[in-house]
Amino acid sequence: MSFPWAAHYAPKSVFTQWIDERLPLPRLVYNAVGAGYPVPRNLNYFWNFGVLAGAALGLQIITGIILAMHYAANGAIAFDSVEHIMRDVNSGWLLRYAHANGASFFFIVVYMHIGRGLYYGSYKAPREMIWLLGVVIFLLMMATAFMGYVLPWGQMSFWGAQVITGFFSAIPLVGEPIREWLLGGYAPDNAALNRFFSLHYLLPFVIAGVIILHIWALHIPGSNNPTGVDVKGPQDTVPFHPYYTAKDGFGLGVFLIAFSLFVFFMPNALGHPDNYIPANPLSTPAHIVPEWYFLPFYAILKSFTVNFLWIPAKLWGVMAMFGSILLLFVLPWLDTSPVRSSNYRPLYKWFFFALIIDVLVLGWLGQAPAEEPYVRLSQFCAAYYFAHFLIILPIVSKIERPKPLPMSISASVLHGEAQESAPFGAGGVATVPARAS
Amino acid sequence: MVRIIAFLAGLVFVMALVVAMLIPRQPAVENTAHHFHVEPQEVAFASDGAFGRFDRQQLQRGFQVYKEVCAACHSLRHVAFRDLTELGFTAPEVKAIAKNWAIEVPSVNPDTGEPATRKAIPSDMFPSPYANEVAARAANNNALPPDLSLMTKAREGHAEYVHGLLTGYRKAPADLPAEARPGPGLYYNPVYANLNIAMPPPLVAEGQVSYADGTKPTVDQMAQDVSAFLIWTAEPKLENRKRTGVAVILFLLLATTLAYFAYQNIWADKKAKPLPQA
Repeated sequence: MSFPWAAHYAPKSVFTQWIDERLPLPRLVYNAVGAGYPVPRNLNYFWNFGVLAGAALGLQIITGIILAMHYAANGAIAFDSVEHIMRDVNSGWLLRYAHANGASFFFIVVYMHIGRGLYYGSYKAPREMIWLLGVVIFLLMMATAFMGYVLPWGQMSFWGAQVITGFFSAIPLVGEPIREWLLGGYAPDNAALNRFFSLHYLLPFVIAGVIILHIWALHIPGSNNPTGVDVKGPQDTVPFHPYYTAKDGFGLGVFLIAFSLFVFFMPNALGHPDNYIPANPLSTPAHIVPEWYFLPFYAILKSFTVNFLWIPAKLWGVMAMFGSILLLFVLPWLDTSPVRSSNYRPLYKWFFFALIIDVLVLGWLGQAPAEEPYVRLSQFCAAYYFAHFLIILPIVSKIERPKPLPMSISASVLHGEAQESAPFGAGGVATVPARAS
Repeated sequence: MVRIIAFLAGLVFVMALVVAMLIPRQPAVENTAHHFHVEPQEVAFASDGAFGRFDRQQLQRGFQVYKEVCAACHSLRHVAFRDLTELGFTAPEVKAIAKNWAIEVPSVNPDTGEPATRKAIPSDMFPSPYANEVAARAANNNALPPDLSLMTKAREGHAEYVHGLLTGYRKAPADLPAEARPGPGLYYNPVYANLNIAMPPPLVAEGQVSYADGTKPTVDQMAQDVSAFLIWTAEPKLENRKRTGVAVILFLLLATTLAYFAYQNIWADKKAKPLPQA
């Protein structure tokens, strides 16, 4: 950790001293999430979601490992083995509902975490690497969640696998062979189910590995904060433990309450009834829809309906869907504004909220049938999505006149925003009325 | 450079979408099935709500409807006879129910090794009325009666849909277009998504089953009872789940309250006291 005033680990007992000299693991923990990591003192509740995402991954790994002890990855009995878990395994219903809803809650907290990063400019220098690793984690999560949804081998599992692996067949010339290679056959079957199970078990540990890199990269510059202003001295920070461990403990409690309401009282609310029908390759469901957390991207896929520039609509849709996530990799270089926090970006702020609404509407459109007015609306919303990141954001960064930034974190905490420094990266800005923070 | 490439890529995506938006659309054709479709009416079940419990009398009545009406065509392959003890049947009663079940369980003749059948025992799953899908379709005008174990979780509308479907049979309305009229072997039921269902009306007259507990066996009552029974077959651990949930939520509320005060206590010296507003 880079701040010179960070507390240093001092083993108290002979035993911890002995350990520290041989394997300084307690020291690592102390410096990572203990008193040795100074964190800006002004973080709001949006900074809880990183820890919550870690908790959600832990929950998924624990419930998943136990479910794997009872699940059978074989097309003939996979569906029945899930019902066996629900009926005959002790607390199997709890494990399965916790795992299924846990995936949804993992995405909820990760979307909040990404949204926080977007609003407060956490992707900007010097934190680009944290953001890039975060996008990698997001992609791995999507792959893991998709393959996990296939495992119960219900109708939506089967047809979801059919549709999603079908994306690869849009690739010119080699698409169909790639699809067959991925599936191990012409259609999803036992070979696909087995490899999806294998990868579904593997990828969470890859995610855990990338999370370690994500946190490592975080500890180089330290956490961002709601003002986006750099930490200037010890008065700006508090040690992670006990201050943020206590706050995260409270946040975790709230998270678990919301999670439990779903697990115990509406466990199937986020799922699709068709997945309680065993997979049937001969009967296509009336509407094939992915899980809710993929709906915005599914809407983008569906919104490309015409061949354009000699490229077929299907390929456009697939490119756009992958592109809509991959563009996040260049976000740190698209947004050139030196001001991080949108609290001080009067123009960008509105585009940010427009993006949030846009993505929510896309999510709603993702489950809507392919008819008017839904198709035109999703075309409009998808166009805004791409325009927002690729066209509007660089221009806004250029023309926007940011509000004056507070002198420091402690100044903003202790004195409201009355004391202001010259705005960073913009001169001659009219003073804004002071308000208590 | 990154921004120029991004700008061009963004422009191309936006143009592809704008072109798609501007292309004229075929006028939407009104869907007949959609027009005549009827949503199932609301039904209250004892198992609804956070504190919902099964009405065991009703589950037993529903089981009787399944046994005397539905079981002729529909399997219940995820449920075992032994599970019936959860409905309040005693172990000897369950044994008798299994033994007297109209359909026998596939087995092997111990002397010859030939396929055979035997009487069911409590550890058996409910036997399917048909040997396989071909036999089921052959006996039902090429329609396949679905397994009922998970029916209330496998349909939009859940148990209300099952009740609505069972009570939803009507005479086809006069203004129904010819192509939407029930063909041979089909029955008009506007609760069913495409209006015409292959299942003949299963509950046709009051008193089709005679309830031992004196409940009046109207068609609506029988439909409600069997729907309640199918809630249980789909989610036998429902009561346990809700009971556990209430305890978990109470614990978490307490723990989270304590965590909140711990958080406030730890931060007491760091919380800023904002200056009075000017």
